[in-house]
Amino acid sequence: MNRLPRWIDLIIIPAISLLLAMLFSGLAIWSIGEDPFNAFKIMIDGSLRSTYGWGYTLYYATNFIFTGLAVSIAFHARLFNIGGEGQAVLGGLGVALICLYIPWPHWTLALVGASICGALFGAAWAAIPAFLQAKRGSHIVITTIMFNFIAAALLNFLLIGLLKPAKVMEPATAKFPEATNLPNLHEVLGLFGIPFSKATPANISLFVAIAACIVIWVLIWHTRLGYAIRSFGQSESAAKYAGISSTKIIMITMLISGALAGMMAINNVMGEAERLVLNAAEGAGFIGIAVALMGRSHPFGVFLAALLFGFLYQGGAELAFSTSIPREMVVVIQSLVILFTGALDGMVRAPIERLYLAMQKQKTVAE
Amino acid sequence: MDQHPAIELRSISKAFGMVQANKDISMRVMPGTIHGIIGENGAGKSTLMSILYGFYKADSGEIFINGNKTLIPDSQAAIAAGIGMVFQHFKLVENFTVLENIILGVEDGRFLRPSLKKAQAELTQLANEYDLHVEPNALIEDLGVGMLQRVEILKALYRKADILILDEPTGVLTPGEADQLFRILGRLRDEGKTIILITHKLREIMDITDTVSVMRRGEMTATVKTASTSPEALAELMVGRKVLMKVDKAAAQPGDSVLQVIGLNVTDENGVHRLKDVSLEVRAGEILGLAGVSGNGQSELLEVLGGYRKATGTVTLSGEKIPLTGSGANGQSRRNMGISHVPEDRQREGLIMEFAAWENIPFGYHNAPEFQRNRLLMNNKAVRTETAGSMERFDVRPPDPRLRASGFSGGNQQKIVVAREIERNPDLLLVGQPTRGVDIGAIEFIHQQIIALRDQGKAILLVSVELDEIMALSDRIAVMFDGRIMGERLPHETDVKALGLLMAGIAKEAA
Repeated sequence: MNRLPRWIDLIIIPAISLLLAMLFSGLAIWSIGEDPFNAFKIMIDGSLRSTYGWGYTLYYATNFIFTGLAVSIAFHARLFNIGGEGQAVLGGLGVALICLYIPWPHWTLALVGASICGALFGAAWAAIPAFLQAKRGSHIVITTIMFNFIAAALLNFLLIGLLKPAKVMEPATAKFPEATNLPNLHEVLGLFGIPFSKATPANISLFVAIAACIVIWVLIWHTRLGYAIRSFGQSESAAKYAGISSTKIIMITMLISGALAGMMAINNVMGEAERLVLNAAEGAGFIGIAVALMGRSHPFGVFLAALLFGFLYQGGAELAFSTSIPREMVVVIQSLVILFTGALDGMVRAPIERLYLAMQKQKTVAE
Repeated sequence: MDQHPAIELRSISKAFGMVQANKDISMRVMPGTIHGIIGENGAGKSTLMSILYGFYKADSGEIFINGNKTLIPDSQAAIAAGIGMVFQHFKLVENFTVLENIILGVEDGRFLRPSLKKAQAELTQLANEYDLHVEPNALIEDLGVGMLQRVEILKALYRKADILILDEPTGVLTPGEADQLFRILGRLRDEGKTIILITHKLREIMDITDTVSVMRRGEMTATVKTASTSPEALAELMVGRKVLMKVDKAAAQPGDSVLQVIGLNVTDENGVHRLKDVSLEVRAGEILGLAGVSGNGQSELLEVLGGYRKATGTVTLSGEKIPLTGSGANGQSRRNMGISHVPEDRQREGLIMEFAAWENIPFGYHNAPEFQRNRLLMNNKAVRTETAGSMERFDVRPPDPRLRASGFSGGNQQKIVVAREIERNPDLLLVGQPTRGVDIGAIEFIHQQIIALRDQGKAILLVSVELDEIMALSDRIAVMFDGRIMGERLPHETDVKALGLLMAGIAKEAA
């Protein structure tokens, strides 16, 4: 047939894109007079060569799984949710409120409550742009971007006022009660006798994120709703013919998307900071877009891409910490990865497709 | 023969990826003749002409124009070689005048006025010479399709084309307009122009061409003098096997009234009145054919009945009122009532092109209980099994449920849609353009399936712009023009000419 086999599509092409990104990153590092090989070694050492490094890599990856899934499910309905950042921030607010104001007896119950509440807050924040798109045709890209700013402003307002404990200088909530503190990976893996660094923020939310991947996979490919979402995303005119309501699909998809972004807060707010600070999402909402692009909107791809970006985040932090390579260079590397895996996908894909077809042709001629 | 052919192709081959679109094609077209090229969709006709017009580069082979070897790397070169092309979809600027469109791209100098003046004079001359009258200062958007086609022909002639290629020129014309076009083509031939006519309609080939080449699966299977062949022989060459030209069907046994439409009105988003007081009835066990040039309200009628366009009026199905507005008016509730719908455009509506065949089988019926495993999950395995069965029963090739819809030929895509809708065993089947862009073999099959459903006592509303199809299948024929039903005829009491007049909006009872 006239198309690429899946293993080329899912493995070879991203791998080549990544190599290209590494090559150009190396050139950039070399051009400021640093040693690119050393730089990559530091990044790998700092993020993958110790359980301490893994702890941070996995912590970041957990954030990116949630936001990557959020963007992915919206992509399946051909909706571009750029508002993951704002939805994650609002999710943080939801998690903070439920942790602070409900006396949880045990972290397990608190985790369930916080997951639901974070999801609800994130979904609610996505619901307004979704409604405007479905009923008024306001473009969701524009409205979700705007809602990121509104979310940031709202959090500013709350954190310097209502939610800030008295006599504290910092715009942050009080520490959450001890009963809501989630076990970190050291404790979780310790149950299985696996040694893991104590000093990392990676926590049990990682497993919630992995479960979310599975749930979303089932949702997209094995339920009526997922079928309707994908149909709508592939062809709005065909969905109309089939009696699939665009309003319903846009609303439901965006609610799920917002909920996933909001659930990220159980990792960064509840699991790591254990209080709500300003700008808690730290751009994870935007990284989610790159993760979804690179992961081809497939939950498993999202998982792998999230790991990669977790590595880039942690490795980049190490790089800035232990060399004179400026922090900005880390951003350059991350951007190059996004550029090559996301935006320039076609540049790699087209020649590989031609090559593959030429090889197939030779084979058929030879036969 | 010492005269050079106007066009000679020698061993032209062209492949797209793994698909061999043209295989070693040689062809000679003598000057001053009309040469037909006929073949099923995907036989490679359009590819061959695109090579001749410089859109594609042939992988191998040579082109000779008037005996001289000519390289045609782009359409500029084709025009320079005297080749003009009239596309199926007109390439005209809507808000320009006829004259402005004609000089577009061949203006001389920086200022328009002298070019327009010169064009005006030349246009008058061309118009008289070939009987091609068009108002030069009319805006394109105000002209009908027949006129637009003339503008395209004039464009080519203005560029000094001696060889005209027309790609499926009658697809959008009424029979009357098509006759006019053929008169113009005859005139052009008499004046010494060479014309290549690409079509899939046998009748046109027989009516107007001098010679005809038949293409099948990228190869040219025959070139014959039109006078020495017959439609049956050509059809056999196209398909590679004997084809029944006429659909066998017994007389209809109409039963109770199934669909009743009374006073249906539709006004679209732009305030245009699309359906005007449409009333019709379809009974069980009969096929009502709705004829008309496309764009006269047939699509809107199907959309209303299919549940995705709002309307006012009354529609009943077996006596039960169907909601035309509000939340009850959607495709899902229509399907639950027993209305199935083969939409006019399979690629835009009937199929999700990126989905595999098996994913397209529950499309529209994805809430049906037989496709569910339990309350949460769909039963993909059952769907795949079901699809394999449907594909076998409807002779879909290749019978591979995992192949994407976009990987099937037009005819097989349509069979998937028809299979899905007919196998729901509906009380009423809405069918729009069931065989548009479908090869002859599949047309035969689809027609048989529609008639078989009728014989099971189901009601069928057939919308088609192909009069032959309407005549062959319908038990009654209604003609639409400008959103109205112009009249109803019985197929054995009318003919193409009389229907053509109704389609053009001329409702003389004498017709």
